[in-house]
Amino acid sequence: MTGLLRVEGLIKSFDGFLAINRVDLQIQAGTLTSIIGPNGAGKTTLINLITGKINPDAGRVYLDEIEITRLPIHERVRKGISRSFQISNIFPRLTVFQNIQLPVLARLGYAAFPLASRDKFSQANAEVEEIMHAVGLWGKKDQPAGVLSHGDQRLLEIGMAIAPRPRLCFLDEPCAGMNPVEHGQVLDLIMHLAQERNLTFVIVEHDMDVVFAVSDRVVVMNKGEILADGTPDMIKQHEGVREIYLGEDVLGYA
Amino acid sequence: MDFQSLVYQGLIGLSLSMYLWLVAAGLTIAFGILRVLNFAHGSLYMLGAYFAFTLYYSLKLNFWLSMVLAAGLVGIVGLILERFLFRRIYPLEEAYQLILTFGIVLILSDTVKMIWGGVFMIPPMPNIFVGTVNILGRPFPVYNLFVICAGLAVTGLIWLLLERGWWGKTVRATASDREMASALGINTPVLFTTVFILAAVVAGLGGALSIPVRVVAPGVGTAIIVQAFVVTVIGGLGNLKGAFLGALIVGLANAYGILLFPTIELFLIYLLMALVLLVRPKGLLGG
Amino acid sequence: MEKTIGEIRMENRNRVVARWLLGLLLLVLFILPWTLGTYVTWTASNILILALYAAGFNILFGYSGLLSFGQAGFYAIGAYVCAKILLGTSFLLLGFLGGVLAAGLAALIIGFLCTRHTQIYFAMLTLSFGMMIHSIIWKWRDVTGGDDGLVNVPRAPLAIPGLFSIDVSSVESYYYVVLVIVALGIFLLWRMVNSPLGLALQGIRDSEQRVAFSGLSIQKFRLIAFAISGMYAGMAGSLMVPLLKSADPGMAHWTASAEPLMATLLGGIYNFAGPMVGAFILYVAKELIARYTEYWSMVLGFTVVVLVLGFRGGVVSVLQGLLFRRTGTVSKRGVDA
Repeated sequence: MTGLLRVEGLIKSFDGFLAINRVDLQIQAGTLTSIIGPNGAGKTTLINLITGKINPDAGRVYLDEIEITRLPIHERVRKGISRSFQISNIFPRLTVFQNIQLPVLARLGYAAFPLASRDKFSQANAEVEEIMHAVGLWGKKDQPAGVLSHGDQRLLEIGMAIAPRPRLCFLDEPCAGMNPVEHGQVLDLIMHLAQERNLTFVIVEHDMDVVFAVSDRVVVMNKGEILADGTPDMIKQHEGVREIYLGEDVLGYA
Repeated sequence: MDFQSLVYQGLIGLSLSMYLWLVAAGLTIAFGILRVLNFAHGSLYMLGAYFAFTLYYSLKLNFWLSMVLAAGLVGIVGLILERFLFRRIYPLEEAYQLILTFGIVLILSDTVKMIWGGVFMIPPMPNIFVGTVNILGRPFPVYNLFVICAGLAVTGLIWLLLERGWWGKTVRATASDREMASALGINTPVLFTTVFILAAVVAGLGGALSIPVRVVAPGVGTAIIVQAFVVTVIGGLGNLKGAFLGALIVGLANAYGILLFPTIELFLIYLLMALVLLVRPKGLLGG
Repeated sequence: MEKTIGEIRMENRNRVVARWLLGLLLLVLFILPWTLGTYVTWTASNILILALYAAGFNILFGYSGLLSFGQAGFYAIGAYVCAKILLGTSFLLLGFLGGVLAAGLAALIIGFLCTRHTQIYFAMLTLSFGMMIHSIIWKWRDVTGGDDGLVNVPRAPLAIPGLFSIDVSSVESYYYVVLVIVALGIFLLWRMVNSPLGLALQGIRDSEQRVAFSGLSIQKFRLIAFAISGMYAGMAGSLMVPLLKSADPGMAHWTASAEPLMATLLGGIYNFAGPMVGAFILYVAKELIARYTEYWSMVLGFTVVVLVLGFRGGVVSVLQGLLFRRTGTVSKRGVDA
């Protein structure tokens, strides 16, 4: 296994509140890592820092040992980092097809073509179709994305996140607001995508059963710091982790 | 430029700053508290000028009374506008706020054309202000000094209103956290109306004060609003102290600009605005 | 779920209706000067130019979500450069080319600075740059004629030296020049809207952040949209000069930027045809209302208030409801069926 992402001493504060406090992290290629932790632990902030939505106060981020700490978002995407959002962030007035089409055209370098019909790029069309089949939205391809159900919007989020063909893909609570059945289906989908496309996923997830079942590695955050980092078995034994989840019975000890 | 004309021009600039400040103050209060960027605010200044013109010149009322009544009438217009229009504007996207308030500009400038006609008017100077005082051996018009004093007095009143007493406290609480204010039982719709009326009264007073020295014409609203935008942008949108500083800068830049670069003084002011937006979009005093 | 036969039929029907409407429109526009006289031809020229101006403006406003109050600056640059060229040489096409390129260049430079910001800051920046252009035109008397503007600009012949020369000095013949150029401009814009570029711009309007996370530089695409709409404004200004035979500084004032904005709002911002339909309604309404009252601005003002508060889809979305059957569209705040 090779190190894909390396994060060193990342610090971020908002109005004096230390959201991320000296975080070090490494992600190996081909793994599925889960980030867990209580609300306000800094999970989303960490993803925002790595994907470029916000810039850190201090610290460095490397992808394949190349520093990307302050690169603009779109250049990180081109280098292979993509993400989904906790609150669906899709193009509501575009059709579902177009929602996937845009990142695909962008990846293929066609996005600035000014006069050619966008539906005549056969390679792009094939890729869009494949992704839409993969996330199960092909049947709704001509609907405006804004009219999709919540569950379908979450699936579209995942489709849009994998459309740039990332090497490292962050999924921020991909199952937020879903019922248990949908929840399971989405996790199956993620596992399937990871295998089929050889993708490295980092997901934020709340359901501990699921986390321990699917993850190669679990990172536990609390108060802006990494509290524990290891295989699911190691995390289950970790004293500190049991402490912050005490009383919630999420680890099955009670 | 010798010291004498430096001071003279500075005072001219200061009196100009006061008109700008009176418009920019209301614009800033409206933006800071109501979160609406109001193109029509300059039109309230214009209305103030027309009301004052009618009261003072056509109806031959006392000058002081005319000023106060004109500002009050603009306040009533503000009340009507807020109740029937602006309340619906607050939730819109900023672009639509600009467009809609621009529509109000069109309506108000045609309204004054309808009532007063499209001609330029300059009523005569009230007797008490005729004449000049010597400043460093150079005659300076009394009225401009009066405008500077009046502007500063109004600034003091605004400060008192906002910083002292129950109303100001409520307004500041609402400005920093609307939901919290509602939760605490503050009647925000009524509060917003009073805030808007204050903004309108101040702009109307500015317009009223302008009549003896600046022309009264339907175009003064759009002319001053752009300058007031420059002022508020330079100071930082929603920042009252910044708006005051911005008004001083723009007023003085206007006065000295005419002296030093008579052909490009307007260009310089817009350049200043663009530079502030590019380098420090939050404005000189913005957080 | 694939498309049902009913849906496909409806789409085909809509396409046929649209084609017929377009054909009919072109036919009317083509025979208009022979049948309806000089006044109508003059009016139609003005409408066509405003339609081009507004359609270009909507690339920035409706498609990319950026409201510019400096559009009049580019319009005026196009007009003044074209006027200067036509006063010096007598090549109509050179005048147009010069006007478009100058406006495009100015839009690139100014856009590079303005597109770092959005919303109010963008509107204020474009306002300040537009007013800078206005104050230059106002004060640079030797070149621009100051507040008098440039007058007696000839309607130079449409010519390429050594190849051909067509006299277009009458309102009717110049109308055809306008018609051809506007039709070409709008055709190119149509292609643009349906290209990958058009998709990227619509993406920016819907969610800037998602466009960045799709791997595209938002600033670059905003700049492209800005430059395109600047060029279209310059083209409209260039076309206007030979029609009016003059250029005046009022063209650059920020209040003039409201013209394409009003046309676009009136017609509808989420529709390709919206700004053009809006230009037609705006101009005709102005002509008609101006016969009864001089207070045209007031009528316009009330219209804007009603449109923004009540019908942000504009006239075209209402017409569409009557002419075409829809499956549903989405507004920024949710769904409106």
